[in-house]
Amino acid sequence: MAQAVLKIDITEGFEGALPIAVIPFQWNGTAKTVNGDVSAIIMSDLARSGKFSPVAEKDLIARPQTLADVHYKTWRIAGMDHIVIGSVTKQTNGTYQVQFRLIDILKAKQVLGYNFSATDKTLRGVAHQISDYIFSHITNLPGAFNTRIAYVTLNRSKNLYKARLQISDTDGYNPQTLLTSDEPIMSPAWSPDGSELAYVSFESGQAEIYTHNIRTGVRKSRSKYKGLNGSPAWSHDGKKLALTLSKDGNPDIYILNLSDNKLQRLTNHWSIDTEAVWSADGKSVIYTSSRSGKPQLYRQAVHSGSKPERLTYEGNYNASASVSADGKHIAYVHGEGNVFRIAVLELATKSSRILTDGPLDESPEYAPNNSIILFASQEKRQAVLAGVSVDGRQKQRLEFSDGEVREPSWAAVRY
Amino acid sequence: MKKLLLISMLVLSVAACGERIKPDDETTGENGQGSAGQDGATAGGIGAGSGAGGTVLESGKLVSYEKNAINDPNNVLSEKVVYFAYDSNTVGDDYLELVKHHGKYLSFNAGASVRLEGHADERGTREYNVALAENRAQAVKQIMLYEGASNDQISVISYGEEKPVAFGHDDESMSLNRRAEIVYQ
Repeated sequence: MAQAVLKIDITEGFEGALPIAVIPFQWNGTAKTVNGDVSAIIMSDLARSGKFSPVAEKDLIARPQTLADVHYKTWRIAGMDHIVIGSVTKQTNGTYQVQFRLIDILKAKQVLGYNFSATDKTLRGVAHQISDYIFSHITNLPGAFNTRIAYVTLNRSKNLYKARLQISDTDGYNPQTLLTSDEPIMSPAWSPDGSELAYVSFESGQAEIYTHNIRTGVRKSRSKYKGLNGSPAWSHDGKKLALTLSKDGNPDIYILNLSDNKLQRLTNHWSIDTEAVWSADGKSVIYTSSRSGKPQLYRQAVHSGSKPERLTYEGNYNASASVSADGKHIAYVHGEGNVFRIAVLELATKSSRILTDGPLDESPEYAPNNSIILFASQEKRQAVLAGVSVDGRQKQRLEFSDGEVREPSWAAVRY
Repeated sequence: MKKLLLISMLVLSVAACGERIKPDDETTGENGQGSAGQDGATAGGIGAGSGAGGTVLESGKLVSYEKNAINDPNNVLSEKVVYFAYDSNTVGDDYLELVKHHGKYLSFNAGASVRLEGHADERGTREYNVALAENRAQAVKQIMLYEGASNDQISVISYGEEKPVAFGHDDESMSLNRRAEIVYQ
């Protein structure tokens, strides 16, 4: 099974990122467990969010263990806004008690403090939960560390083709395989409540869309029309899937009502229409269409009789949109010649900027709190998952030990 | 890349909706009747005259539509891959005759059936490539239908960029991956 090794590359400066010091937690009654180094996980989460610049452990000017140990003036002079202290205590029943305190240096007081109970299995989850508390308190945005990501891995050589649908923690740890197939698996998408994945599997000898409950393992075939069955995207209420079908002649966008399997055809054009995603208000979808001759992004209301509105004009290849949770931005793939990079379009101004370097970046996916954009990238001819902060200043990558990794999807909540 | 030396000057333009075949140059020797004769074919290849109405083309490939023709390495039908230009689903000049031969074969062999597998190179997004490769396979299907094959003899599947045959990132590899494969069932 692929075990993730997280590597964070900071490629540019950190202007605007908030300084924070995460003091290594004190471990009582037990040695620090490598897989559950709570304070290291918190530090890594905050750094990956692109919104914080945690002090490296070796550069810490002090290591207070309790509130009374905190010397506010020293931290203030060091330019620190917040520090995090905490402890992990092994209980007689084998569980851990995890405590943390978030301290606001300018206010010179504790602003957040919680006690958690954890097992070896849940220790990493508790660490991500603490990261979410800290992130939300300071940024006023929801946290997205203690959820899950889904992705597709592929092991392939001349006589081997093994695709796997996997889910893991948001930092790549605890990978679990939901489906293994000798045929392609594509386009995983989380339901809004994080309980199910929709995806395309070719296991039956044709493209077919399934929904798959991650806890029960129960899955249902949702779309098996003649031709294409692709690009499933959940509506925000979890009741519908936007998808691509070619049953009526050409790839077009349809809306499938999951309760009665009724289909509504949204587009009807001789060109390719695909890769629909829902707008933040759920009233329209944004999709890729080649109706202008080359793939470009369009927005269209989901009621019948609506007209498409073209969103992208720069360049000959703009596709595969992901909408930010606040609805203000769209991340997408921008191609120029043989180079494909992730770009972001600001909907209000229609201005766009390129965030990544390519050469084959694809499948952008906004984190549910808009902090970073996950995407699939090619590095040394190997497909990896990478992340970029929404301002493009911080880049990171999730590296897996074997196989290609692609098509990340980030759950809004942990089910 | 393998190419057949074929003699037709037909240019087929298959729009995504298209079933219209538009010769914009003078056509040669295409009678659609199943006599496989081709103007300008030069003899001198192997096996001339063997098989049903067999004629040898410049490349030395035999044209005949008898049942086992698809398994004969000397027959034109032994070529079963159609290659495409980037972001295009137009069957180009180099492959039009080949696709027509397969279409005729199907029309003469009602018991035969094919699965057309559409593929794309790695450039661009995955789902767009699935749609593009579907349109490639559909373009091949439309020509076959025009040549007399029937709808129920042809199934279509698109794999997009998921199943490349060449794994390099160079132009040569990518051109090999932009293809529709004709797979007899």
